[in-house]
Amino acid sequence: MNPLGKAILQFCRSTIGRKLIVALTGVLLVLFLLGHVAGNLLVFQGREAMNDYAQFLHTMLHGQGVWIARIGLLIAVGLHIWATVSLVKDNRAARTERYALPATVQASKSSRIMIWSGLTILAFVVFHILHFTVRIDPALANLPDAAYAAAHPGESRHDVYAMVIKGFQNPLVSLFYIVAITLLCSHLSHGIASLFQTLGWRSRKSAALEKQLGWAIAIALWIGFLSIPAAVLTGALKDKPSVSGQKAAIPSDPAAPAPRQG
Amino acid sequence: MNLTLKVWRQKNATDHGRIETYEARSIPAEASFLEMLDIVNERLIEGGGEPIHFDHDCREGICGMCSLTINGVPHSKERGITTCQVHMRKFRDGDTIWIEPFRARAFPVVRDLVVDRTAFDRIVAAGGFISVRTGSAQDANALPVPKDDADASFAAAACIGCGACVAACKNASAMLFVGAKAAHLNLLPQGKPEQDKRVLAMVRQMDAEGFGGCTNQYECEAVCPKEISADVIAKLNRDYTAAAVKEAVC
Repeated sequence: MNPLGKAILQFCRSTIGRKLIVALTGVLLVLFLLGHVAGNLLVFQGREAMNDYAQFLHTMLHGQGVWIARIGLLIAVGLHIWATVSLVKDNRAARTERYALPATVQASKSSRIMIWSGLTILAFVVFHILHFTVRIDPALANLPDAAYAAAHPGESRHDVYAMVIKGFQNPLVSLFYIVAITLLCSHLSHGIASLFQTLGWRSRKSAALEKQLGWAIAIALWIGFLSIPAAVLTGALKDKPSVSGQKAAIPSDPAAPAPRQG
Repeated sequence: MNLTLKVWRQKNATDHGRIETYEARSIPAEASFLEMLDIVNERLIEGGGEPIHFDHDCREGICGMCSLTINGVPHSKERGITTCQVHMRKFRDGDTIWIEPFRARAFPVVRDLVVDRTAFDRIVAAGGFISVRTGSAQDANALPVPKDDADASFAAAACIGCGACVAACKNASAMLFVGAKAAHLNLLPQGKPEQDKRVLAMVRQMDAEGFGGCTNQYECEAVCPKEISADVIAKLNRDYTAAAVKEAVC
């Protein structure tokens, strides 16, 4: 192998090198989550805004944008998992004989369950993709946006707004979502503060601020993501026709109240 | 004071070892923790038993030899002191005290509470030195060193290499020790020229010894008898990454 390749391989095998991979992929994943929650919150703007956003994601860069993002995320997630799992294996091997009376002085609970919160989030992400992207549930697979079809004859698009609301009306789905997002919040409360240390940017002066930033982002994401199932479960968010949907007069929802104007 | 001791006993490196219980009666509250063990050992010897083996040397907190995990915390839960500086007045009459060796695969138990910490020596031998003679003490200001750097270097140099950081870390990571040993040289003009070579060699030796990785929980910082800041770990991460990049492309 050439010297450059050897040096890169050696760096990636070192504990510090793998931690750096975790930190850098973590930054990408946090940025994705911030974008994702901002997009999701469009559901409160109504059917048209949500579905326009979903259509934009699928059509940007001639439909290639979404695939570039998916492949990028897949690589980031793959590297994040590989590096953390291999580090956890090494860390466990580093103490073969455990203390008879173990004690913790200051490590946070979140920092001690990182691998379990991470693996639960992974299981949730697999479910979430099957649920809302692959749409294995037939009830969510065939939901045409009637308002859009009426306004654009000959065209059709998936009604993401209706899919989200129908999806979260299932209490088990919402429960899994709430548990996973809460664990994500726990994971990020330690992960975001940690990445500053791994990147070498933490000092006694900045440590408190970095910890607060981690918590602030984690809590903001928790509120943002969970506001949607909360709104659906409390009935604040219903699958009612939008203003433009009024013209389409969706027959499947005759009990829906009259749409608000404006 | 009357105490119940739960002590790790292990005949040698290959023995499995076990926790054994001892009743320590009439221990003076003014005794140090190691003096308490001395009293228990004298009684064990008088009774024809095998004394509890433990490491100690200066008994004034500067040599780094004592290495007991007391109630799950290396050097006890008292902050900023070594085991030899712990006094029995910090315990209550009737307490049960668990005494275990520093636990890490890289610190194999030699006997009872004595562990082999020569892995630290091998890390220092890999790069924790300056390879040219730097001369006698300089005249003041002959070699300008910014005050902040001098202070940070001095704080890192306070490391006595006891290994409590490894023993406390959930992953038995030696990052605080290696960070301190690298930082106290890297921050000074005498140590700068060999900085990259030093951190690459020391981190590689640390990994080869079987220490775990840092997960930023700062248990090491909390138990360090010299209260060395985890800032040295951030600096080690930064210096190692920079050195590895330079090694790859230069």
